[in-house]
Amino acid sequence: MINDLSGFDVLVVGGGNAGLAAALSAREGGAKVLLLESAPQWFRAGNSRHTRDLRCMHDAPTPVMSGAYTEDEFYKDVLSVTQGKTNEHLARMTIRASTECTAWMGSYGVRFQKALGGTLQLGRTNAFFLGGGKAMMNAYYDAAERVGIHVVYNAEVVALSVTDGAFQSVTALIEGKSTTVSAKAVVVASGGFESNLEWLKEAWGPMAENFLIRGTPYNKGKVLKCLLDLGLESISDAKEGHMVAIDGRSPKFDGGIVTRLDCVSLGIVVNNKGERFYDEGEDFWPKRYAIWGRLVAEQPDQVGYSFIDSKTMGKFMPTLFPPHRANTIGELAQALKLPVGQVEATIKAYNDAVQPGTFNHETLDDCKTTGLKPAKSHWALKIDKPPYYAYPLRPGLTFTYLGLMVNDRAMALMKGGDRTKNIFAAGEIMAGNILGMGYAAGIGVTIGTVFGRIAGREAAMQALHPTSASVVVPEVALHAAS
Amino acid sequence: MLPAELLEEGQHLMAVCNSCRYCEGFCAVWQAMETRTVFDEKDLNYLSNLCHNCSECYYSCQYSPPHEFAINPPKTFAKLRVYTYELYAWPGPMAKAFHKNGIKVTMLTVLILVAVMTCASFVLGGQLFMTVHDGNFYKIVPHAVMSIAFAVVGTFSALALLLGFLRFWRNVGESYSTLAKPGALATAAKDIFTLVNLDNGGDGCSYPTEKSSEALKWFHHVTFYGFLSCFIATTLGAFYYFVLGQHGPPAFTSLPVIFGTVGGIGLIVGPIGLWVLMQRRNEEIVDKSQNGMDLSFIFLLVAISISGLLLLVLRQSAAMGSLLLIHLSFVMTLFLTMPYGRFVHGIYRSGALLKWSLERSRQPKAKPAA
Repeated sequence: MINDLSGFDVLVVGGGNAGLAAALSAREGGAKVLLLESAPQWFRAGNSRHTRDLRCMHDAPTPVMSGAYTEDEFYKDVLSVTQGKTNEHLARMTIRASTECTAWMGSYGVRFQKALGGTLQLGRTNAFFLGGGKAMMNAYYDAAERVGIHVVYNAEVVALSVTDGAFQSVTALIEGKSTTVSAKAVVVASGGFESNLEWLKEAWGPMAENFLIRGTPYNKGKVLKCLLDLGLESISDAKEGHMVAIDGRSPKFDGGIVTRLDCVSLGIVVNNKGERFYDEGEDFWPKRYAIWGRLVAEQPDQVGYSFIDSKTMGKFMPTLFPPHRANTIGELAQALKLPVGQVEATIKAYNDAVQPGTFNHETLDDCKTTGLKPAKSHWALKIDKPPYYAYPLRPGLTFTYLGLMVNDRAMALMKGGDRTKNIFAAGEIMAGNILGMGYAAGIGVTIGTVFGRIAGREAAMQALHPTSASVVVPEVALHAAS
Repeated sequence: MLPAELLEEGQHLMAVCNSCRYCEGFCAVWQAMETRTVFDEKDLNYLSNLCHNCSECYYSCQYSPPHEFAINPPKTFAKLRVYTYELYAWPGPMAKAFHKNGIKVTMLTVLILVAVMTCASFVLGGQLFMTVHDGNFYKIVPHAVMSIAFAVVGTFSALALLLGFLRFWRNVGESYSTLAKPGALATAAKDIFTLVNLDNGGDGCSYPTEKSSEALKWFHHVTFYGFLSCFIATTLGAFYYFVLGQHGPPAFTSLPVIFGTVGGIGLIVGPIGLWVLMQRRNEEIVDKSQNGMDLSFIFLLVAISISGLLLLVLRQSAAMGSLLLIHLSFVMTLFLTMPYGRFVHGIYRSGALLKWSLERSRQPKAKPAA
């Protein structure tokens, strides 16, 4: 069913958290809003369906977060995960605006868990949605219906028409039928390109064939590619994104949170030659899981195998798939089709190098190896108590950072820094402005919410009061100085 | 034995849910799940009875169908629950009563009604339609007959329910000694009387459809408290008769009549409300094979209440005799089928809530976040 799709002030492309935040904000600004979502209704909301929480600055405990998380601490965390690859102005603006997020989301029916309810040690810095990201998005979509936002599912935008930095229309496949939709302003909130295997192979080479995509299969990056081809300025790099080591038996797409494996730091990891390749105990797993995706991606065939024994079994979050199990290392290696002799030798060398210490997984303990390369710096216990267990690992890509460069009004910029006239961006498609690399739990939803709200507000302003929109709001600092 | 495919379905559900845990804020099921890593049959038996069927989890789930993991917690738990009803049924062969339960309960209802009316016609003849001016039921059915019949059946049913409960209690891994912990009993009672697990802090739940609604909670409250009120009315009636020696019909303003009337109205409004919700509920989360069990239970409660209230109003008319016998037939059927129909959900869910309350008291106190 295709209704009349003309006469809308603001077109929002993409129906995830950023898209809905933009649509609702544009509606608050009085605009008539059309939202095109490429997925069918059940699969709507892109990667937001798989999220669980957002990271928020707060100077005192709130009903949904404990303690305090100041602007400076938050910014320090951003600097640390991105190793400085961020735009300080946009990052700090996002951090300050994050203080309003939970109240604003709550006003549209999004519910949060109480402050101490979180499973992870994130109850201070992050607010958790009651029921997770899909529940949050259900609330948003209900609100969108209440306030009269027109949502069309199965509507994939495949091309945009832009003249002199001014958006004219999009071409969308709606229920497979090519349709032209115009509006006075557009918010692109269509995510990255992590489910576009061709593009991933262009960026990563053939190894991308073996990546698993943890999130939505609908983020093909068509809008992003089209806008970059039209001369908009890019940010970050096609190889940047959030890639973690996940259970190798996970589905190709859409496995989400349950594909997580938290046992790496408790044992050792070998590649399919039976050799170790990195310090499994370098730092706490929540601080290291983001680098392990790349580490595994660099191994032959993009696989790894985490080996543990009975001493550490059960000391990590339950897994979706049961571990492989055997009474000897040899049998276990054989079951995994690994070179038995090499695995046995690797584990013997590791066991011989393990020094006595007091195991404590909650601190950077003194259980380490000596004389081993690569070393294991913490939580190094001998793997000697049968039965033995192993989990296969593969790189799991969650999202990509190559995106559109924006200013602090969420306005996309042309190459050279000129502003576009009516093109705004929010969410993963512009997250690279703040996250040049690395990731901190919950920050994606924060960026999506903050920039979604700004983009929606600015798009409505641009659509309804084009003269005052460009004059009244002064443009503060631009993009990264680097 | 739990069918292998249902055990597998339950374990698949737990594998997905326990590695996700996004639903932990919703209800007791998920918090109880998080304290476990292995899900044997006994764990599934416990958790399925802890589930109140609010269905919030289903709509929030990123892995419900058409996702390839295709989990459906409310439906899987519903299927497991009816299996536990069979498992704990006493005497054992009565487990079969849960197969095609609706048809069996309906047949029993008709059978008892026909038998009672036929017997009464033979015994009483034309007296059945006499007008009893003081509205004294015992002129139709002598008090001794009525009280002995219901005492025998009531005692048997109570015993069956008690033994069912104890079977549940042992099966889910508790010992008899843990039954008498006042603190845990108080917490469980609070959970039972407030239906806190259908509430989500005042938001209601996703039944009958995705939209938040408190209808299930309130109609269940009306039914539950209506039932309780009728139970109090009956107990008071017996007290008035045996202890106070008031053998005549109780006055309209007497406590048994007031409790009975309030309860009767509750047992009309509540079950009909629940029936209306059944008509509107999302079929995806329903084990349809249990519809008959629900409908026959709802029918009995409503039929008892309507006939009981009519009896009160018309007790001085010629219809009193027939109404009384119809009412008593329905009550007798309810008494007989309480251990073998939807009523047992209350027994096992209360048991599950008591176990959950004990499990909470055994947990080390949570450390406040830094």
